This record gives sequence, C-alpha cells and structure tokens, in this order.
Amino acid sequence: MIRGLHRLLVFATMFVAGAALSDVPGDPDRGATIFSKCKGCHQVGPDAVNRIGPHLNGIFGRPAASIAGFAYSKPMKRAGSDGVVWTHETLDGFLENPKALVSGTRMSFRGLSDPQDRADIMAYLRVYSDDPSNIPEAEPTARATDHNVDPAILAIQGDPEYGEYLSSECKTCHQRDGGDDGIPSITLWPEEDFVVAMQAYKRKLRPHPVMQMMAGRLSDEEIAALAAYFKTLE
Amino acid sequence: MTFNRRAFIGSATAATAALSSPMVMAAGAGKPNVVVVGGGAGGATAARYIAKDSKGAINVTLIEPTRVYYTCFFSNLYIGGYREMASLGHSYGTLATEGVNVVHDWAIGVDRDAKTVSLAGGGTVPYDKLILSPGIDFVDGAVEGWDLSAQNAMPHAYKAGSQTELLKAQIEAMPAGGTFAMVAPPNPYRCPPGPYERVSMVAHLLKEKNPTAKIIVADPKAKFSKMALFQEGWANHYEGMVDWIGEEFGGGNVSVDPDAMTVTIDGEVTKVDACNVIPAMKAGRIAELAGVTDGNWAPVNGADMSTKADADIYVLGDSCQQGDMPKSGFSANSQAKVCANAVRGALTGSKVFPAKFSNTCWSLIDTDDGVKVGATYEATPEKIAKVDGFISQTGETSVVRKATYEESVGWYAGITADIFG
Repeated sequence: MIRGLHRLLVFATMFVAGAALSDVPGDPDRGATIFSKCKGCHQVGPDAVNRIGPHLNGIFGRPAASIAGFAYSKPMKRAGSDGVVWTHETLDGFLENPKALVSGTRMSFRGLSDPQDRADIMAYLRVYSDDPSNIPEAEPTARATDHNVDPAILAIQGDPEYGEYLSSECKTCHQRDGGDDGIPSITLWPEEDFVVAMQAYKRKLRPHPVMQMMAGRLSDEEIAALAAYFKTLE
Repeated sequence: MTFNRRAFIGSATAATAALSSPMVMAAGAGKPNVVVVGGGAGGATAARYIAKDSKGAINVTLIEPTRVYYTCFFSNLYIGGYREMASLGHSYGTLATEGVNVVHDWAIGVDRDAKTVSLAGGGTVPYDKLILSPGIDFVDGAVEGWDLSAQNAMPHAYKAGSQTELLKAQIEAMPAGGTFAMVAPPNPYRCPPGPYERVSMVAHLLKEKNPTAKIIVADPKAKFSKMALFQEGWANHYEGMVDWIGEEFGGGNVSVDPDAMTVTIDGEVTKVDACNVIPAMKAGRIAELAGVTDGNWAPVNGADMSTKADADIYVLGDSCQQGDMPKSGFSANSQAKVCANAVRGALTGSKVFPAKFSNTCWSLIDTDDGVKVGATYEATPEKIAKVDGFISQTGETSVVRKATYEESVGWYAGITADIFG
C-alpha cells in the first residue's frame, strides 16, 4: 500500500517542484566532473556498457526501463510501461530525488539538490544522446511546462458523499483494500496529491489512456469530491 | 465523514422526499423491498451496493440459482491455460454477511400487478423495485442444426463453467492436425471481443499441444471488435493457423450437424474435431417473462436503468438495450452502480447523483500480449451515449502489451472484489 502511495507522490512532487526546475542550459565540462558521482554504477560514452546501472548513451528521448536485457526494478519497469520518457523535465525530477520520481528504484542515490548541478550533468549526458541540437528550445533542454495546479482548484472542498458515489466507478479496477497488483493503489492519498495527479491525467500530462479518459470527464469539483472520499478509506 | 453543509442539505432533502413519496408512505412501518434476479456482474453489484449504502433501510433479496458463480470474463484464459477454473468461481458469502438475503433458486415469473416474483422452488417474493440482471439466453434456431440438446457435442461455452471445461477438454482431445471450428454470433452479443480472444486462446493451446491443427471461424459479421489487433496477433503468434471466414465469404451461411460433427459454410462441408457454436443471443428468459422486452432485449432509460415498459422494473447488463455500451461484465457493473444509486434514492430519498458509465474490455492474444478498448458514457434522453474512448494500437511494444495484460489481471481482482467481496 505504501509502495503504491509513493509511486503516485512522484509526479505530485514533480509538478509542485516545477518552479525549482533547473531550466538553465548547463555546462558539460562541469557536468563531466559531477558525473564522477555516477560512475560507480553508470557508464556513458563510446564503449559504455550496462553495469550496476544501465548505460546512459542516448538517454534523452528513451522510455524508462527500455534497454533490453537490463534487470530493471519493478517500479522502474512500471514507469516505463506507463509512458515515462527521459526528457529534460523527467530526468531533472529524477536526478533531484530518484525515489520521488520512481519509488522503489534500485538507484541508491540521494539526488542533486542544486539545479545548476543537474543542468550541468544533463548537458554532459546530452553529448552522448542522438541529435543533441537546438539548445534551449528543443529536447533535451527545452524548458518544462508549468505543472502546478491552480491553488483555487486545490482549495475546493470536496463532498465526500458525492465522492463515494463517483468512487464506485474507480473501484471496478482499483481495490478498496489498497491492493496494487497490476493496478495501482488508490487509498490513503493526501487530498492535494490526489487532486494534482488527477488533474495531470485530465490534462493528459500523465500517461495512461484509461486514466486520461476517466479523469478527462471529471469536473474540478468531482475530483475534489473523490479526493475527500478516498482520504477517508483505510 | 464530516457533517458538512452538503451532507446537511442531503438529509433535509431525504426528509422532504420521504414525506412526499407515496411509495415510502405506502410501505408504512415495513422496509421497502428490492428483489434482484441474477447474481452476476450486474445483479450482485446492485444487490451489494443497495444493501451496503442503505445501511439496513432496504430489504434486498438476490435470487441466483448457482452457489458458485463462474465469471464469463476471463474464462477464455482458462482455455488458454492461464487460469484455473476455480479462480473464476465466486460465492455469495460476503453479500450475505453484508445484509443481502441470498436465495438460491430460479425466478420463473413476475406478476407486475401484485409486484411479486415467483420461484421454481415454490413461493413468491414481493418487491417494490425489481432489478433483473439475468445475462443472456440463445435465440432458438439461430444456427441451423444446433439447439441446446446439441450443447454437449458442440458447446457454446458462453455461460462459463461446465461448458467451458467441456470445450477445453474437446480441444485437448483433438487428433494431431485436427480441425477446430467456431461459429461466431451476430451483433449484438455478450462480450464483443470474446469470440476472438477465444480463438487466440484456442490457438495458444493448440500451438503448444497440437501445432499442426487448424482453426476455422465462420462469422456472420464483416468486422469485429479489435479486429486489426487480433488479426495482427494471429499473424504474429499463430501464422497460418487461423482461417477467419467473414460475411463476404459466406461466413454467415452456416449449418452444423452435431451427430456427424460437420460444419457447412457457404455450401462447403467440413469435418471437424471440436466445434464451438456461439448462437445469436437474447435477454435472459425472465426479462421476457416479466414482459419488459421488445424483440430480443429489454429497452431501458439510461438515467436509472428502469425499463421503458415498467418504471418499477430495472434491467442491467447483457439483457438490456441501452444504446452505445457493449454487453460486458464491466458495463453491467457500471450500470448496476447507477441503478443502485437511483433505486436507493427512489425508496429512501437518499441523494441521487448523475449517471456516469464506463467500460474497458481487455483481451489476451498470447502470453503477455494484452490489448484493450474502452470508453465512457452518459445518459441522454434517447440512450446511453458514448462520450470518449480509446483502443490499443497495432505495433505496440511488448512492454506495453505485457503491462496491459498485467493490468487486466489487476482489473479482474478489482472487479470481482467489487462484485462479490
């Protein structure tokens, strides 16, 4: 249950932290120096191979967990099948705190809190990605969109009774007891995180066709109602 | 739950509604009675939600002949060897402990004037609101040469359980290089991708045990659900094994001889070793006996699933004719929740929320190769109308297909927990 919860916090953290995104084009030389922190597990460059971590050639534009034969963690595989692609934005979030973006990843690294460090390291990795052109407009160094949810939407007080009715539709797939095999857990979410995630599906920022469709027709009030209801489930 | 402004308004509405509702007044001191016929995805969900949400204010009786209900959804995976039959069986213990009066009997008649349901075992059950969710029956004479007396020689396997086990046993007993035939049904029918997922699962089984065997599908339709996805999958996984004969090649001109074990398609007689006849379908018989059908199905109002024929009788799932939703367990479950909310509102004055429906159908083509199609729906005055939808794409990566399959397994656990507890 906790695992499921974390998995969702990811994007929440990412969106809320949007403002702190390192959107400055970085310095690849300085990045090469910082990369020494990563070298114990990852290789990049002409002869790079998978070691403890996967090689990082061509990382930009690559779906998460997509190198054949590398033994990714289950959460990383799910991130990949859910459609996470390594872009400037997602990689920035991951480097800031790997476990916030992909909870349960085996990448045992506390993260880089300085946006400039992250920008530099990405500028370095970018050298080994295909077609690394068009700074700063195009990937891999395009500016991220603002994923913050309007505070007015977060402030809506949901009606838990309506939320309970609406939730019956969720419970066709998501288990009320918090089970998360094949389909993530839906219980015990902090209200704000729930709203942020559902709004992201509604705006088709988060991948997954079923969730985009389900969230797409929920009004802001209905999302708030669901958040208010699911908060009460144990 | 906190006692907020809306909850207060809801209670006030409830009190007003109770005073103004002749139904509740007429019921007097006794609690209103809801009778549900059919304990599948529609009926069991409706019974459970009404009992749970009314917190004892409504008597709920569920009439279902079988003690253990085998879901038709996922029964193809049993044929393919991915599921045990026991994993598809569900009993009604949780519903009983949650206050549903579960009666294992056949409903054999409805007296709409007296508002009672009669049971095969004798006796009648009174209702204020009657919910029928009897699934499907087969249209008599739909496939020339086949009737229910032939279902052992040529199983339909479209009501899960012994029929499914029989079909699988017959396929496993086919001689090397033998022929399996399927007679596919015309629209509308239960589970639109079901016959084609079945073809995939039979192909998977034969590929393992009898790789030179052939599969012939006689189909009265020119196209079918997820057609491009299935045909891509059959070409990828079972090359040369599946011969689908659609409408334009005479797939609808079919007769069978269960004694001789032959299938005649557009005049050409083929000797077969196993044959799955899935005839044209109609609403479960009790809907017809209740007089709420028009033709093969029971027309309903999308807002609450009440029938056009009788405002106190509701029809859910495969038996109803509602508009754009496919006949599926997911749809029945979705319709049941809208119906439960409306019935509870009508009987106790609880708040009635707007109808929202959804459906997703997952199908398995081969190991870790899952696909899905889904949509959301709303009630309009005319029908239940599609709002938005999606479908898996051809050429998806194996990672996506595996995740889709795993999602379907999660969905099965989720929906059966929702229906049966």
